[in-house]
Amino acid sequence: MPFVIETAEDVLVVGVVGQLVVGNRQEFKQSVLDEVERGARRVLVDFTETGYVDSSGLGALVSLNKRLREVGGEMRLTALNEDMRTLFELTRLDTLFKLYASRADALAQF
Amino acid sequence: MHHERTHWRSFEQPYAVTHQPLGVQMATRREWVIASDIQHIEPLVSEVINLCLEAGLSPRACRLNIPVALTEALSNAIVCGNREDVRRPVTTCFVLDHEALTLEITDDGDGFDASCVSFSPEDADWLHREDGRGLFLMRSLMDRVELQRPSLSKPGHTVRLVLNRA
Repeated sequence: MPFVIETAEDVLVVGVVGQLVVGNRQEFKQSVLDEVERGARRVLVDFTETGYVDSSGLGALVSLNKRLREVGGEMRLTALNEDMRTLFELTRLDTLFKLYASRADALAQF
Repeated sequence: MHHERTHWRSFEQPYAVTHQPLGVQMATRREWVIASDIQHIEPLVSEVINLCLEAGLSPRACRLNIPVALTEALSNAIVCGNREDVRRPVTTCFVLDHEALTLEITDDGDGFDASCVSFSPEDADWLHREDGRGLFLMRSLMDRVELQRPSLSKPGHTVRLVLNRA
């Protein structure tokens, strides 16, 4: 299963297993949008089990972040490995999202 | 240079790969032809990464630079070049020698106009746009990225990605 969706402390936590790339970005995006339609407003994407993300995956995150802001919500990201941090820094998306070292840190500060 | 090519015309299977042991001292060339379906990208990238790891390329390059840049190039070829028409092939050529890894990804369509997709972090809408970061990532993660049209009389564009080993 590429995504694990659960709720913790009123936060929707989406774990990305494997890659977040052009081949699964639509499934990822739709899964989260469905939850937003059902009322989710605080979303945490957990990259603990993620290999790499391509521009499509980054685009899906940007798009979901925009949608959440439109409905008064917020998206945060956690557990980016060193390579993924490099991608976020290269693309400057580290300035768009709040990044946390661990799920516990993110949940404590959400 | 060892050169082996497998070209599958029917595209009944997701991708074709030659099998040839890699040696540190010899240049190796392999080629895959896939149908224009984005679901074929990850298995092909995985094959390429295994070859790179086997040949001793750096773990970071195998985790980040190569898979992301190759995914971007294949995605552009399939989605922009071939409009996801599964009848149209995308060819990936892999050449590894003691100096560099070279990947050439060739579509069968119109390619993409680099001037139209050359967005940069300096653009005002960069942080908020959903697409347009692919070419930037390729150029950021590889030592050289070249776009060319192999033949003026036939459709098809090639993206050449070069990553130096040193």
